[in-house]
Amino acid sequence: MKEVKLLKGNEAIAEAAIRYGVDGYFGYPITPQSEIMETLMAQHPWDTTGMVVLQAESETASINMVYGGAGCGKKVMTSSSSPGMSLMQEGLSYIAGAELPCVVINVVRGGPGLGTIQPAQSDYFQSVKGGGHGDYKLIVLAPSSVQEMADFVPLAFELAFKYRNPALILSDGMIGQMMEKVTLPPYQPRWTEQEIEQLHPWATTGKKAHRSKNVITSLELLSDEQERHNQKLQAKYQQMQATEVRYETFSCEDADYLLIAYGSSARVCQKAVEIARENGLKVGLLRPITLFPFPTEAIHKLAQQVKGILTVEMSAGQMVEDVRLAVEGKTPVAHFGRFGGIIPSPGEVVDAIKQQFIKG
Amino acid sequence: MTTNDIVKPENLVYAKTPVLSDAVMHYCPGCSHGVVHKLVAEVIEDLQIQEQTIGIAPVGCAVFAYNYLEIDWQEAAHGRAPALATAVKRLHPHKYVFTYQGDGDLAAIGTAETIHACNRGENIVIIFINNGIYGMTGGQMAPTTLEGMKASTCPSGRNHERDGFPLKMSDLLALLPGTCYVTRQSVHTPGNVRKAKKAITQAFNNQKAQKGTSVVEIVSSCNSGWKMSPVQANKWMEEHMFQQYPLGDLKNI
Repeated sequence: MKEVKLLKGNEAIAEAAIRYGVDGYFGYPITPQSEIMETLMAQHPWDTTGMVVLQAESETASINMVYGGAGCGKKVMTSSSSPGMSLMQEGLSYIAGAELPCVVINVVRGGPGLGTIQPAQSDYFQSVKGGGHGDYKLIVLAPSSVQEMADFVPLAFELAFKYRNPALILSDGMIGQMMEKVTLPPYQPRWTEQEIEQLHPWATTGKKAHRSKNVITSLELLSDEQERHNQKLQAKYQQMQATEVRYETFSCEDADYLLIAYGSSARVCQKAVEIARENGLKVGLLRPITLFPFPTEAIHKLAQQVKGILTVEMSAGQMVEDVRLAVEGKTPVAHFGRFGGIIPSPGEVVDAIKQQFIKG
Repeated sequence: MTTNDIVKPENLVYAKTPVLSDAVMHYCPGCSHGVVHKLVAEVIEDLQIQEQTIGIAPVGCAVFAYNYLEIDWQEAAHGRAPALATAVKRLHPHKYVFTYQGDGDLAAIGTAETIHACNRGENIVIIFINNGIYGMTGGQMAPTTLEGMKASTCPSGRNHERDGFPLKMSDLLALLPGTCYVTRQSVHTPGNVRKAKKAITQAFNNQKAQKGTSVVEIVSSCNSGWKMSPVQANKWMEEHMFQQYPLGDLKNI
């Protein structure tokens, strides 16, 4: 049965995880995402679904606990915010190299360094370009509502297991902290040991007499083999790019100007589109839902139609680089951003469109 | 009498455990890893837990431990094995989980993961090979390198004013309420090999009894890293390493 609740984005993540039959959550407190672990602990799912919830000694430990759990073929996840995500990059590189499925949530706050606890989108590069060492990609989903925080937990796990690759839900302090109405998914049971052995024959479930041992590793010293492994990873990322791109458009059919924004910024831009149109400016919005794979083709297509593209990000301009690569010079591309925890207002966005493209 | 007359099952007094693979080990002649691998494999066979055991391999010389024991393995990032083992055990409470780590892995880069796994009393076994040096990377100073002992990053010998003191990690771990068994062994003589096997057996039995974390430190030689012959290295270990790292149980409850 579907359940409708008024929840914070962070709480929605926790509720969705329990209902989806997640086996383990390993985390470390950091603002503005601590409600995820707090909600899980308050719900004590170990008594109901059997889900393990553990507070680790650091984000380094929590992501490596996720590695261990993922290696067993279990649905495991962690969450953090920007400084903690920096610590997790080592583990994520190993997880990607060992081709393990898991889900990580980053409720982004402003940086660099300790930065601020207010919302930001300045971890885009870290999220979509790999983040740790080596050539790898995370599947990156960008929710822009509390409903999507809940919906993307199952989606992220499905994609993670489909590709045996870590999936990241790239949220921010606004989506994590704000309350909205959310429809929660129905409960589904956790996988049984037998199901895991059938679904994930690679998992370390204990070596049975009928099969050879399973070894989870990212190590291969022979260069030929390591190159082949990398080619396999790259083919996987190309497959994602070909089949998993998700985005949404608003009022783009007749648009002269295009806004591109994800997450909180996309919410602001939706209002900016309304205000601009009330003022006679035909503005549309493209909201990438997957940041990797990026909606390159859709942006390239719209670039032929519009007189200018403005990316709106709560950063100094990171996604704008991928937009420029997609646009290939077909139309002018500009960036408008606020950072340090400031959320841009819709009016500021409309002003930025005018300033960039409709001078005088 | 021919060889075939002698090779009969009823005459068998010793055989390689099937838990140990036929892969040729990459370890240097004189290294202790091969012996300890064999002991862990024999204990797994004796306890009949091959199908229930998951090993966590370190970064260091034993990174390829997974090539030698016929069990499921996960290869951890440097120092993170106890974090992996924590999750594997929590998600598989009825399976046997052990880490196999060197001194650089366990006592330097993985100090936090080691202490916190032990402090939580994770029901796992930690096999800790302490040879006082970084073997795989070519003989650099380890947290356990003795004072005055030479290594490629302290060529004139470890000097505590510059390099700090050798870390007695097992002593530290024995203080934690989460550990039930902390012991220091060696495998340089047949008698010590037998004692070490007994210790590893007890550690796995502790896990079965859900008593908490068991740590088996094996003080080992690294003749390549120490730039000695295997025989010289064992002698030097007895004379110097055992002074700093005396053998015996530090905790057994």
